[in-house]
Amino acid sequence: MSSEALRLFAVFGFGVVLVLATGFYCVVTTRNMIRALIGLELLTKAVTVLLVLAGYLSGRIGLAQALAITLIVIEVAVIVVAVGIVLNLYRHHQSLDTEPLRNLKG
Amino acid sequence: MNLDIDVMLVAAFVVAALVTVVAARLLRAVIGLALTSALVALLLFRLHAPIAAVFELSVCAGLIPAIFLVAIGMTQRLTAEDVAVRRHEKTQLFWALPLVLICAGILLTQVPPLLTFAPPSTVQTADVRHVLWNQRHMDLLGQVAILLGAAFSVVALVKEAAHEQ
Repeated sequence: MSSEALRLFAVFGFGVVLVLATGFYCVVTTRNMIRALIGLELLTKAVTVLLVLAGYLSGRIGLAQALAITLIVIEVAVIVVAVGIVLNLYRHHQSLDTEPLRNLKG
Repeated sequence: MNLDIDVMLVAAFVVAALVTVVAARLLRAVIGLALTSALVALLLFRLHAPIAAVFELSVCAGLIPAIFLVAIGMTQRLTAEDVAVRRHEKTQLFWALPLVLICAGILLTQVPPLLTFAPPSTVQTADVRHVLWNQRHMDLLGQVAILLGAAFSVVALVKEAAHEQ
């Protein structure tokens, strides 16, 4: 790997790790369901950048783009279904708090 | 590649993610998320992945924040009094904005360009099409199945809620 590629990997890798930590922190600490989904979004964004960076550095950007597009489509499907579930839970509990979910049976 | 631009974009990416998480209101968090997606699209463009960048910009910076906004609108309804108070707050906050923008524009015309933005070299966009259609066609089938599954799930969830009402 050339020195420029290493510097690029260092710069992007540093940012990706910070955003991963931010998203993970958001998912773990928040009790608001929509905010937890936003944290999940941040995690997938960091993974997308890391995926394309790996493709760029290994010279297989076409494959990386195809995988990134697949990731984006799956991300949308996950978010849409999760938002539907959150709205249903809100109708049941009149709250976006995750605490009432502890009372679920089963 | 011009590393200065990349360092600035990565720094902006991290700051936007932090703003998204730290924002007190959900609406601001969603706006921060859209900003983060737009910056990710710029990063993908810098990494010679223009098609993925277009997907990121249109879907993640456009569609997903819209879905979140709909969800917030359905769960946090404001009273007329709240709306009046917030409108008053906004007026107090942004009365100086046009003045600041005019001053910034005048300053920008006086300062010589500090950064030379070098666009990435010509990319072979046919490559990703070849990969998607000839090598990873099972991925496409999977994507179609996932989208259909998501659509049916949302229909089922909405129907269940309508029955309860």
